[in-house]
Amino acid sequence: MSGLKRRDLLLAGAGVAAAGTLSAPMVHGQGTGGTLRCGFWDHWVPNGNVVMRELCAEWGRANRVDVQMDTVTSNGNQILLTINAQAQSRTGYDLMSFPAWEPSNHQRMLEPVDDVMRNLTQKYGAVTPAAEYLGKPSGNWVAIPAVAGTQLKPACVRFDLMQQHAGIDIRAMWPAQNAAGPTAGQWNWETFAKAAEACHKAGFAFGLPMGSFTDAVDWVGSLFASYGAFLMDDKGAVTVRNNAKLRAAVEMCVRISRFLPNDVWAWDDGGNNRALISGRSALVFNPPSAWAVAKRDAPQVAENCWTVPMPAGPEGRFAPYLPYFWGIWNFSRNKGAAKAFLEWLSDRAQAERQTNGSGGYDIPPFTSMSDFKVWETEGPPVGSVYNYPVRAHHNSRTSIAMAPAPAAMAVQMYNQGLNTKLIARIVQGGESVDQALGWVERELNTIRRGG
Amino acid sequence: MAADASMAPPMTPAPGSGRASTLQRLARRRSSIAVLMTTPLLVVLLGLVAYPAGYGIYLSTLNRRMTGFMEAEWLPNGLGNFEILFESETFWAVALQSCIFAITAVILKALIGFWLAHMLNDIPAKGQRKWRGMLLIPWVIPPALSTLGWWWMFDPSYSSINWLFQVVGIAEVPWLGEKWWARLSIIIVNVWYGAPFFMIMYLAALKSVPEQLYEAAAIDGASSWQRLRYVTLPMMANIISITVLFSLIVTFSNYDIVRVLTNGGPRDLTHVFASYAFQVGILSGNIPRGAAVSLFMFPILAICAFFVLRGVTRRNKEQM
Repeated sequence: MSGLKRRDLLLAGAGVAAAGTLSAPMVHGQGTGGTLRCGFWDHWVPNGNVVMRELCAEWGRANRVDVQMDTVTSNGNQILLTINAQAQSRTGYDLMSFPAWEPSNHQRMLEPVDDVMRNLTQKYGAVTPAAEYLGKPSGNWVAIPAVAGTQLKPACVRFDLMQQHAGIDIRAMWPAQNAAGPTAGQWNWETFAKAAEACHKAGFAFGLPMGSFTDAVDWVGSLFASYGAFLMDDKGAVTVRNNAKLRAAVEMCVRISRFLPNDVWAWDDGGNNRALISGRSALVFNPPSAWAVAKRDAPQVAENCWTVPMPAGPEGRFAPYLPYFWGIWNFSRNKGAAKAFLEWLSDRAQAERQTNGSGGYDIPPFTSMSDFKVWETEGPPVGSVYNYPVRAHHNSRTSIAMAPAPAAMAVQMYNQGLNTKLIARIVQGGESVDQALGWVERELNTIRRGG
Repeated sequence: MAADASMAPPMTPAPGSGRASTLQRLARRRSSIAVLMTTPLLVVLLGLVAYPAGYGIYLSTLNRRMTGFMEAEWLPNGLGNFEILFESETFWAVALQSCIFAITAVILKALIGFWLAHMLNDIPAKGQRKWRGMLLIPWVIPPALSTLGWWWMFDPSYSSINWLFQVVGIAEVPWLGEKWWARLSIIIVNVWYGAPFFMIMYLAALKSVPEQLYEAAAIDGASSWQRLRYVTLPMMANIISITVLFSLIVTFSNYDIVRVLTNGGPRDLTHVFASYAFQVGILSGNIPRGAAVSLFMFPILAICAFFVLRGVTRRNKEQM
């Protein structure tokens, strides 16, 4: 029998294996970083999904992670149903797109992302205020403000009709350059109401919805914010009674709504788009999607459109902001990769690709990214959407209707469209301002009791 | 002999066993076999009906964050969501609207279905099939899809019905923008969708009425109204009751028509329980309160079911 014992043989074998492993060249294969399952919002703009797929594949290749991407539509509230189903079953995607209020709704089930946001704010500066209100409901970031799907709803104006019937040269007021025009200071709700009346008389009433869909709730929310009129404060106290600012905002909104088409109370989110594209309306509050459709279906309308900031009120100018967020479920098995991927997606280069891919529709959450070239070059007319993102010279802040109420209550107020129903009760229902305010106060107390 | 007591034909006991084992005797009982055969159905009912219903009741007792029971002021703890709903004006408006919608729609569907069934029954058998097929079309199209077609007809700005009205000089109608027009619109769509179901059920019932009864009534000199009142209606009573009950349940829980046509507007005046529950539960992120809203349908429907089924049982006993 030779002197080689079984134990020596095993030791030698292990040594050879270890030496071989350590000295062998590192061959990376797809999937060594695990799998990342992503459920992104199904973009309105078809190319938006294409860009996102490219970004997923690119990051996956570079980091050896198998990134699997699904798109989840918001039609029929499918994305909300998916989020709720996954939250209840505690299984599903690793990361998802969350519509505006969902990070707050599901904050207990979302992985905190303060570390990612710290890195991003160090690189790109402050996040726009409305995104912070929605994404940081209890002092911690629970989701990352997304680029894809995030929109603003400024005014899209038919400059020819506005000039002809209201005597306002909107392009001179808000030119496609980094400075406001000499008359920009006049762009307030008082001027707006007069223009609404003039255009209504001329048969081109402003297309402002007054139902309970988001476009309606958002523009009325912006008007309220610019008057400092809030239904509930940040502590959750109802602030309706003896609120002079709220009464002033309600009166202005009632005044404007009398110059709108008769059917705005039944409009959905497509009503204002159709009003603009059909050439019946001189102004809508909308992201550039309505204008983009007009470019295809009614080019003579699109050539006369110009996007400008919201009118200002006594307390300032507020841009209606409706963001998406990227959140990571706390049951995700690949949180590290998810965080790295989302941080990379939020970087300026990737953000610009998403915005370009959507034709300028997607708004990045960092104010330092308001200078992407796409908003300067899109047209016709070139410069039409220059003022779509919030720029420094607008003296504007982003806001979402029902802020600053605690998000848990604001989401209920927002989805029940309490601000538009308040106006509808007066204008359509024939109630007095006091009766309508009494109603909204009772509704708010009901919401408040549930927490 | 009662089924429970009956036994399958005796099997020859295994050699040496003396008598059948307990398991063998159990397996031979018809009641045991019946239980075994119905087990899959029971499992499905428990899994898809009892569990979701129980879970819904449990959810309705929780607070918004679902971390504990919802506190109440004048009701026992856990019933706080119901207490809040009792005190909400909007909720009572929804309850009223649900009743207006369901009762009006079911009555109209029953009347139209009854009339259509009679019309069809009078058509010779040869041509009846194609009419039956055509009249069933609304019922077989998915309601979300057909409602979208109706929405285009009622569109606030570009309604095709209004366009036709304009052509003949009739004023435009705010189909979805005014309270009563909006309510009428959703009832019209529901009736259009549901009337064929009544028609086909009533047609089947009409065909089962013995012809001799009508012949006897004719000999007695009964008018057509008397034949309807004293022959047709009593013979169809049970089918009418069951169909109305079934339709009431389905109409009360309707969601898609309201969601597509009005989204509950204007001013929440067309919301029904299901659409309001979705708005509160899913859209507003308050699942427990949404569950509480949807559970309000249960007592209303349970009372209806009790009276309808009691009537059916009573009539059955009278006929025996």
